[in-house]
Amino acid sequence: MGLRPSTAEPRWVRLLLVSVTLLFLGAFLVTPLVAVFVEAFRKGLGAYLASFADPAVLSAIRLTLLAAGIAVPVNLVFGLAAAWAVAKFEFPGKSLLTTLIDLPLAVSPVVSGLIYVLVFGLHGWLGPWLQAHDLQVIFAVPGIVLATVFVTVPFVARELIPLMQEQGTEDEESALTLGASGWQTFRRVTLPNVRWALLYGVILCNARAMGEFGAVSVVSGHIRGKTNTVPLQVEILYNEYNFVAAFAVASLLAMLALVTLAAKTLVEWRVAAAPASIFAAGEKP
Amino acid sequence: MRWPRRRHSVLPGFGLTLGFAVVYLSLVALIPMAALFLRSRGLGWGGFWETVTTPRVLAACRLSFGAALIAATINAVFGFVVAWTLTRYRFFGRRLVDALIDLPFALPTAVSGIALTTIYAPTGWLGRALEPLGIKAVFSPLGVVIALTFIGLPFVVRTLQPALEDLEVEVEEAAASLGARRRQTFRRVILPAVAPALLTGFALAFARALGEYGSVVFISGNLPGKTEIAPLLIVTQLEQYDYEGATAIAVLLLVVSFVMLLVINALQRWSGGRHARGA
Amino acid sequence: MWYGHGMANLRGNRLLALVCGAVLSLAAVTSVLAAPKTGSARLLNVSYDPTREFYHAYNTAFAAHWKQQTGQDLSVDMSHGGSGKQARGVIDGLQADVVTLALAYDIDAIAQHARLLPPDWQQRLPYNSAPYTSTIVFLVRKGNPKGIRDWGDLVKPGVEVITPNPKTSGGARWNYLAAWAWALKRELGNLDRLQDPAQAAAVAAAQDKARAFVAEIFKRVPVLDSGARGATNTFVQRGIGDVLLAWENEAFLAVKELGPDKVDIVVPSLSIVAEPTVAVVDANVDRHGTRQVAQAYLEWLYSPTGQELAARHYYRPVRVDLIDPALLQRFPALELVRIDEVFGGWVQAQKTHFDNGGVFDAIYAR
Repeated sequence: MGLRPSTAEPRWVRLLLVSVTLLFLGAFLVTPLVAVFVEAFRKGLGAYLASFADPAVLSAIRLTLLAAGIAVPVNLVFGLAAAWAVAKFEFPGKSLLTTLIDLPLAVSPVVSGLIYVLVFGLHGWLGPWLQAHDLQVIFAVPGIVLATVFVTVPFVARELIPLMQEQGTEDEESALTLGASGWQTFRRVTLPNVRWALLYGVILCNARAMGEFGAVSVVSGHIRGKTNTVPLQVEILYNEYNFVAAFAVASLLAMLALVTLAAKTLVEWRVAAAPASIFAAGEKP
Repeated sequence: MRWPRRRHSVLPGFGLTLGFAVVYLSLVALIPMAALFLRSRGLGWGGFWETVTTPRVLAACRLSFGAALIAATINAVFGFVVAWTLTRYRFFGRRLVDALIDLPFALPTAVSGIALTTIYAPTGWLGRALEPLGIKAVFSPLGVVIALTFIGLPFVVRTLQPALEDLEVEVEEAAASLGARRRQTFRRVILPAVAPALLTGFALAFARALGEYGSVVFISGNLPGKTEIAPLLIVTQLEQYDYEGATAIAVLLLVVSFVMLLVINALQRWSGGRHARGA
Repeated sequence: MWYGHGMANLRGNRLLALVCGAVLSLAAVTSVLAAPKTGSARLLNVSYDPTREFYHAYNTAFAAHWKQQTGQDLSVDMSHGGSGKQARGVIDGLQADVVTLALAYDIDAIAQHARLLPPDWQQRLPYNSAPYTSTIVFLVRKGNPKGIRDWGDLVKPGVEVITPNPKTSGGARWNYLAAWAWALKRELGNLDRLQDPAQAAAVAAAQDKARAFVAEIFKRVPVLDSGARGATNTFVQRGIGDVLLAWENEAFLAVKELGPDKVDIVVPSLSIVAEPTVAVVDANVDRHGTRQVAQAYLEWLYSPTGQELAARHYYRPVRVDLIDPALLQRFPALELVRIDEVFGGWVQAQKTHFDNGGVFDAIYAR
């Protein structure tokens, strides 16, 4: 984007704005990140690495990978289906559906966990039935997976809908006219068109799935080595006065955040000018 | 009319995808949320009203709404500057800064809370500097605002960025060539064009901040009536085995969030419409 | 990249079916995993925050003891958290075989709300089902710069007090009640007057004074953490406040873990006997087939080994006759009152002080 002098600010304004940006982000974003790493390495690299030898930490990492490993593909499929229906067709209640897809973004994490307790808890709707069949949902792995799925519902769909609306239906229609089946059209035409947005949605979905704390905390039961995810394990270590290990495990998630961000930057690079934000304000002309 | 009407019916899969989306959403989100409403109904309308209007709940809601509003406003102002800088200027480390914006999104809220408390406590890096000035940054409403600002920042910046990138430089040039000064161009041309996106980002940051729990409990003092937020009150009610009271407050937050989102979607349509007209 | 294969494998409906199947079967798999196996046993002990270190040691010792007795391998899973939160977990279906919580009220709640154990559970084990007790002491900055010696010093000008929230923390309720009991004693001189109907007017006046005193303390509280550990971190790590009201065992542990060079323990003239209680959760052990081992697990807490481990982790053992007197030296002598004597038991105390609309709420309502 070439800026011309007539539409550029004076030099001092630009300097001022850049400084404000860097100061603001420095105070709010960089310092917490640095703090995590400083605390993690306070007792040296050896203590840092030793933190990951704890079986409870390893089991937490496994559980987090499992929860994300289920939540991300499930929401990927949902996102594609929802985006297809919402972006390619007109139907009444569409606006309501879009809002409902968004809702988990704005629901308090405490509430997200609570709703599953009310359904699957011993005194919930399904509690007595589950108990009679010896099935355990909350305070066990399925509950953690469900809570993770819930908080990550919007991401893929939210990413795809604006893009697919913008792209319209001409490509798909041409493919159909040329004799392709519906499934072929979707796979050969639609999917390649949205693959970067899809990937972007998956990355954000994954980051959120691995980092979720509040909702998972409500349904976890905190059984050491069994139902603790990485964020919960961080809290436990912190409460055990094991600060180095707490921040070391947290740094793992911070690094995940950084890797995710790097991957996303890479994706954005390759998509070049295409809009890639989940929060894109509506579709573009 | 943004979507030409009948044209889409050529495409297959409408029933399948919509059916799946609705069923999935119902199973994962809507039915569990219905449980929340039904449980709070146990109180009756009078009991519900009584629960959500006790002084303690009102104070918590005031703090939650107030802090969320302030945080969203801070984010709107600074988020605008950040988004503007990132889209318009080229400076050293811009890509890294751009990548960092999403950090609050990926970092678990408990870690954010602990890290922020470490920094802003009187013994921390920034807290040490603030304390002589008489500013109490942790265990005060200010702490709540700090945490909520941290949480909400990506929403504003990420909403504004595409809108700013989308602005036609020609329009600004035209304004300039008609003799408008830079400040006038900004106020009359740029700001109105990105206002919907800014409002959307503001509303999203606000909605997210309203429900935030994990990071706030670490940095807020949790004093009833002073630094206690509404989601903490839900937890407190649960600790007393008062499920009806907890669900009543939860329903209040849920309804407010839902209304916020409806407004957001309306804003997005409006913004989409403006863009369409502008192009 | 780790997310790559998810897309490569995307085969629409088949993947969808697979994923749905996976979610459903997970529930089944978990229940299978939870089923008891012969030759080995598994217990879930749902406990509160400060017992981590104690039960960590006790579980190892008991597993060895159990193996020797029965030849069965035992592994004990632990869940720690705020006492009330943990009780709620059990009520909502957390499969605890035994609960070892901060106060009897929380186990009462399990009996009352979920009927997982009988209402008279507290009579089933000796000493009110409390195999160890603790009390409330003060933790102050090194050298005690504010000169805090007793409860009365907490309301001196310029003193900031740290305690967790009584609404969410069992320990904090003991803090609150200990302060209240001290004020009553100051007003009445002798707590026996509480039981004397003829003294009703004096008692009522003393209760008002006690209430004002407790309210004064909470005016000096800048942070109400939700749990005991959070409060300790606030006091020691963040450097907030001049005095921390803490479990005696937490205070000892904090000195040990966080540095004797930072904090000192101050023992007030009077405090309360905090009785962390333990119970077998009948409904759960019957379903898991673990009643026998769960019962033995709790009973062994009263054995010499159990009592000694408790003492080593700074819990006051109830069977002082069973252990090395040298180990008891660490517990300072002070006047201790019981909740039943001063507050009429937990149910009454909870109702008067901590329930919605109780005295604690009223203190903050102003």
